[in-house]
Amino acid sequence: MTTLATGGRRRLRRPPDAVVLPIVVILLLTAVAVSIAVGPRTLTFDELFVALTAPTGTETDLIVRDVRLPRTFIGIAAGSALAVAGVIMQTLTRNPLAEPGLLGVNAGASLAVAIAIVVFRIGDFGATMWFAFLGAALASALVAVIGGVGRGASIGRLTLTGVAIGAVLSAATAALSLIDPHAYQSMRLWGAGALGGRSLDAAVLTLAVVAVGLVLVVLIAPGLGLLALGEDTARALGGRVGAARLGGFLAIVVLCGAATAAAGPIAFVGLLVPHALRAVFGPDTRRLLVYSALAGPILLLLADVLGALLIAPRSIPVGVMTAFLGAPVLVALVLSRRVQADGAPS
Amino acid sequence: MSIASVIAVPFATRRRRRIIWIASSFVLLALAIAGLSLGDAAIPVPDVFAALFGRGEAGTRLIVVGWRLPRVVLGAAIGAMLALSGALFQVITRNPLGSPDILGFSAGAYTGALLVIIGGSVSTVALTAGAVGGGIASAALVFALVAWRGAGGTRLIIVGIALTAMLGAVNTMIELAADDVVAHTAAIWGAGSLNGIDGRWMPLILITFVLGGLAVAALAPGLTLYELGEDRATSLGVRPVRLRITAMLVGVVLLAVTIAAAGPIAFVALAAPQIARRVWRSGPMPFAASAMTGAVLLMFSDLLAARLFAPTMLPTGLVTIGIGGLYLAWMLSAANRRRR
Repeated sequence: MTTLATGGRRRLRRPPDAVVLPIVVILLLTAVAVSIAVGPRTLTFDELFVALTAPTGTETDLIVRDVRLPRTFIGIAAGSALAVAGVIMQTLTRNPLAEPGLLGVNAGASLAVAIAIVVFRIGDFGATMWFAFLGAALASALVAVIGGVGRGASIGRLTLTGVAIGAVLSAATAALSLIDPHAYQSMRLWGAGALGGRSLDAAVLTLAVVAVGLVLVVLIAPGLGLLALGEDTARALGGRVGAARLGGFLAIVVLCGAATAAAGPIAFVGLLVPHALRAVFGPDTRRLLVYSALAGPILLLLADVLGALLIAPRSIPVGVMTAFLGAPVLVALVLSRRVQADGAPS
Repeated sequence: MSIASVIAVPFATRRRRRIIWIASSFVLLALAIAGLSLGDAAIPVPDVFAALFGRGEAGTRLIVVGWRLPRVVLGAAIGAMLALSGALFQVITRNPLGSPDILGFSAGAYTGALLVIIGGSVSTVALTAGAVGGGIASAALVFALVAWRGAGGTRLIIVGIALTAMLGAVNTMIELAADDVVAHTAAIWGAGSLNGIDGRWMPLILITFVLGGLAVAALAPGLTLYELGEDRATSLGVRPVRLRITAMLVGVVLLAVTIAAAGPIAFVALAAPQIARRVWRSGPMPFAASAMTGAVLLMFSDLLAARLFAPTMLPTGLVTIGIGGLYLAWMLSAANRRRR
């Protein structure tokens, strides 16, 4: 039954890249434009153009340079990072439910940032990012060891381990922020996952780090593509499985660390985007990586704008919006035939 | 296999269990005395006893009997109720992870209570009604979602995790939409804490504890048979569907009342029954032992939460997440080692 279904799906003609890629890029540019233009005060195209090309220090210029641009840059960086990290994690763990938020990686990065702020009194963004990397690395290693990656551990068990470790790490983060009222104020919004509130410099730094992470992903993409076929097949085809694993792990750490340091823990982007794309393009890992890098920002930027409009003048943090959009997808995945909760993806 | 062979327990195990019961009672008592004695104003143990028996200074009496005693008594009762709720759900779902906080019922009960708070009511009855309604609604939703695909394996659990995430988002949204004072109250309460609990909760909690305990005692024989398998239980006169629904309702009510009083306290419902099962070396779900373990676990966590960073009092729920999450991680890794 399953084989038949997969066979049928393979025979479906996939839309060619020459058509789809321009559409996705146009969608991304639209999302970027909407994200810069829409907010408590919606800007016209002329105002935007002036602010971006010849800023004169007017109110609109300030809004664009200090609020909208950083927010949009962080949305692009975090969206790409989380979606691509999701694809890599799903490939490495052969677990269709793997996701930086669910597997506790974001929680680890958050705790490390909280430690930096509360214990070491570090306010500098660049420095907190190093902590975020370290936290992401330790948390993913911990979940991998306890969840038993690579020993044929069940998909459900790995997910549960991630949730359990994530819960402990988030509790520690909450405890730290409650001990220190000052830190509580500065971590409150960040803790829910939000794109705003960073300077332009911090946003550019985040973009740069994510770009480095994406270059790393390009380098290991062939290896990941082979790994997706299964470890034995990858070896038989001459793939360097160990190198692909290590590279994938490093990429996850860099991408999730940067995204979490900049925007806080945002769940479900890494689950939502790859699965939506897989439904359209099929299981080709390299294609998934490219489109995830483009589609992640679309989702995150639009979710952020929507969150800003829904209960204006307040705004809903983007992490809340993605949980709201992503949870039904997780339910649909678990209930669908394609994911057997206890076995390998069929 | 007859009923007798399930219930009959070797003499050595019976003696071991009697010793554990006595030991755990002493631990509970010690934690209670520590809870009454420790605090920003430390009160020597003899003075604590004097105050309990109505002697000693009026100020000391107020602190011990008026402030600390309700917290200690309610903490023990709430811990026991959480554990009983967890034990019921673990039996119904046949899954050691089938606890109400993983299945999303805690988040749902919290949503219900939040809506009541936002509506402007903070009376114990209204809060409890909101929490019970929210808990039952989310429980019904989870079981309805998995009903057509079967609740097997971890499917139920992962649907629960998703619902928890979604309700968590709803809860954050409600907190953000509310005005600042209400939001702050809700946020502190949302971590799950005995810090704000006082004597006005005493009647409701104790009545629910006693009635819930009796209900569990009445259901226990049926549930023990149910654990052997649905067919065998049916042949022995158990009606599985009715048993499941009754046990679920009792479990949700026990849980929801604790949430109305103290907010969602995580992981006690998950960990206590499993710990009790190991310590008491019990095959069938040990309900009384679970309640005892839950009481000890929550009183210990609360003491830690209050004293760890004194004078800052952490919400109790943060400590139980730490303890329970580590326990869950250990349990999963132990299961992994066994599989190899």
